[in-house]
Amino acid sequence: MSGTPYAPHTDAETAAMLDAVGADDEAELFDIPDPVAFDGEFGIEARSEQALRRELSGLLAENDDLTEFLGRGHYEHYVPSVVDSLSKRSEFLTSYTQYQPEITQGFLQALFEYQSMLVELTGLGIANCSMYDAATALGEAALLAERVRSVDGEVVLVPENLREGKRSVLANYVDGADLRIEEYPSEQGTADVDALADAVEEETVFVYAETPTVRGCIEPNLAEIGEIAEAADAMFCLGSDPVALSILEEPASVGADVVVGEAGVLGLPAAYGMGLGLFACDEEFLRQVPGRLVGASEDESGTRAYTLTLQTREQHIRKERATSNICTNQAWVALRAAMHAASLGADGLVDLAEDCVTLARDLAADIDEITGLRAPVDDRHHFREFVVGTDQPAKAIADDLQEEGFAVHVIGDHRLQVCVTDANSHAAEDLVAAFEEVAA
Amino acid sequence: MSGHGPDGTSDREPGRTYDQARYAVGDDENEPLLSEKHSDTVEPGDALPEELTRDELTLPNPEEPEVARHYTRLSQMNWSIESGPYPLGSCTMKYNPPVTEDVAADPNAAVHPDRADSSIQGTLGLLAGLQDYLARIGGMDAVTLQPPAGAAGEFTGIAIARAYHRANGEDRSEVLIPSSAHGTNFATAALAGYDVVELPSGDDGRVDMEALEAAVSEDTAALMLTNPNTVGLFERDIEDIADVVHDAGGLLYYDGANLNALLGRARPGDMGFDIMHYNVHKTFATPHGGGGPGAGPVGVTEELEPYLPNPRVTETDSGYELADTDEAIERVHGFQGNWLVLVKAYAYIARLGDKGLRDASAKSVLNANYLAEQIDLDVPYGPFHHEFAATAGDAAAADVAKRMLDFGVHPPTTNWPEMVPEAMLTEPTEIESKQSLDDLAAAFDNALGSTKEERHEAPSRTTARRIDQTSAARNPRLSWQALDEE
Repeated sequence: MSGTPYAPHTDAETAAMLDAVGADDEAELFDIPDPVAFDGEFGIEARSEQALRRELSGLLAENDDLTEFLGRGHYEHYVPSVVDSLSKRSEFLTSYTQYQPEITQGFLQALFEYQSMLVELTGLGIANCSMYDAATALGEAALLAERVRSVDGEVVLVPENLREGKRSVLANYVDGADLRIEEYPSEQGTADVDALADAVEEETVFVYAETPTVRGCIEPNLAEIGEIAEAADAMFCLGSDPVALSILEEPASVGADVVVGEAGVLGLPAAYGMGLGLFACDEEFLRQVPGRLVGASEDESGTRAYTLTLQTREQHIRKERATSNICTNQAWVALRAAMHAASLGADGLVDLAEDCVTLARDLAADIDEITGLRAPVDDRHHFREFVVGTDQPAKAIADDLQEEGFAVHVIGDHRLQVCVTDANSHAAEDLVAAFEEVAA
Repeated sequence: MSGHGPDGTSDREPGRTYDQARYAVGDDENEPLLSEKHSDTVEPGDALPEELTRDELTLPNPEEPEVARHYTRLSQMNWSIESGPYPLGSCTMKYNPPVTEDVAADPNAAVHPDRADSSIQGTLGLLAGLQDYLARIGGMDAVTLQPPAGAAGEFTGIAIARAYHRANGEDRSEVLIPSSAHGTNFATAALAGYDVVELPSGDDGRVDMEALEAAVSEDTAALMLTNPNTVGLFERDIEDIADVVHDAGGLLYYDGANLNALLGRARPGDMGFDIMHYNVHKTFATPHGGGGPGAGPVGVTEELEPYLPNPRVTETDSGYELADTDEAIERVHGFQGNWLVLVKAYAYIARLGDKGLRDASAKSVLNANYLAEQIDLDVPYGPFHHEFAATAGDAAAADVAKRMLDFGVHPPTTNWPEMVPEAMLTEPTEIESKQSLDDLAAAFDNALGSTKEERHEAPSRTTARRIDQTSAARNPRLSWQALDEE
């Protein structure tokens, strides 16, 4: 057969079907005017399965085999094998959005459980089934603030050290809503609270802070930031992730109205930036939430059952008055995150989070002992990662480390950033040895 | 066509059906929630001072075998493309070749996005290859892979149109969208700050040229169009449509949801479209994963290339690198989009090649035409391609759909698009065999031939019976915590 390997038609069946529809051949079924018909070739050669796998594994092998100590918004924790084997069951992987809940109870329940885990971790009443990533979740949160704002302002306030990718996505989202982004200064890797208080004005509708921050610092003044936002009638949006939230202050307890962030820290390996947008908010915003929500209900026999709900917020019903244009989201990644959380369990999650603090603390201390290096630069408690000060140009050190098989971030002329988790801690001693080699 | 018997039932034998395996612990519950099995309350240790930590955390704490059984049972209560037909119109649910999964699971694919370009030449080479393939398939000059879903692709495209008009010193305020378009088009235009002008469909189900000419003005930023449209009709006037929009200074945007109908037969770039998005889960068989992740690459003409979001993979003498332009719109994803999905899309395209892609379209159109011919329902508009909107007539489409569940298939999209009353928008895709289509037709006819009461009480052979949507929305319980409060 010279066609697609995934159409099961025999020649006889094709002939019978053509006969049934009264066509001589398939081309006759296309109603395309000649001037716009395409009769050329793409020039793409079909491969056998084996050839395809050889070719792509060969291509991907051109990636250097480096041990990554990289973070700054994309983190890797070890994903247990059970998550892979369960999430790749075709009943999950090859299903569609749950438009017929009577035959998709399994996925709906898994998403309901995902939402519930985030409710527990954030202390907020509602979590949706996912946004694309942390950056788009932040953009959606700013638009939520615009829809529910009680003040007549237009300023979205974010930290000056926000990762550029996030700032840029946020700028795209707020452009159409006539909001504008302003920045407040940072101090020792976290919010400069006095400067933030000065920066908040009548126009401010949204205050965003992160913990841990992009420099790996745990924000010590969350409650104060919450009070500053509340005093200005601005929405307080906190950026974090489900591993950090397992031990850090509960967002609801510090006055957060919305929590966004990267939930793909659970369930995803290093995936070149692919993520899972966490979005949770206070119940008062129920009818304004973007994205899909799974709710519990009953079926006709009185059995508990789950279904997508409050769909009148969504684009397929409400069109241009929808709360968001999102349709396809990251549901399968949410499933994987929930599986990962379940397999760790409450104690495993807390242990993992504690390790993120102690591994970073220990590695920073070891690096700090090396002549010409200082770590951590910021006088804060750290989570997973920290900034390293260098006497030598940082770029040269990073290049030399790469020669030794390690990848770290260069974030300034004399600033590196290093991220350590359970996924790379086995190589931490080797990284320290390599630093000793190249920093001298 | 097979007819109805004198008693209103179909004379067609029920087709082969598939029953979901079921697991129930009692009359009022299927698989319990994780929280109802074994949870623990844990306090943080001493890694951090108390003022930085929460007091405690309560979450499920199952052992691994329990996790395995829980999710396996849930999976057994879930329909998938490997369970049976999934003919959701405009959703294009087709078989997801497992080989693409294996390719994406390559350990060398697991890289961080901040790696130096020189150290990830494999990743960048694959992305460059996919950009090239997509440009050829769509007839576009340049492609970004950053948008993480079709709707994000639409947002990217409309932001590009906005940037283009601004660069020309124009402040255009309207986006034109046919009434039959996907809801995302309307929501996307609004998200980008545009007023939506809805175009009525003509009597033939296509764009009404007079209505278009009346609506186009110097305020028109773009027309968003799906072709074939959402009832499967090719917009035969596409060249005139393009002229009308371009003459007014607007841009033409192609919604790629229905590209599976045209592979190797027609290209948006050749039809006059300036911007398009590709739905890789629809056209290139990446698994939809129960709602995502998808990917929505965007292709543009040479003139619009500088506006594509930063960064983009380019090939230089020293290899592949990520490059920026000054004119680029702001980003649509924090990093480079849904990488693992893009790998699968590349693998699918490479597996099929020119002939396979062309054949996929041919068989998808043949299957839709054959199925429409087999069922008792009327199909008001044609000639259609990969999908058709049948009408349930006097019956409620939603009830017919629920009854179809009892005949072991997933029903089509119902009550949309609105131009067809009691619409059942059906897209079998190329993967269904003649036998499978006959079984599907039997499910249609038997559902339609059931009594009104049978339809209204359906389904009865599924994990859950008919679910109370009104109560779910009136009394939202969105977490196990909310259930506990009752």
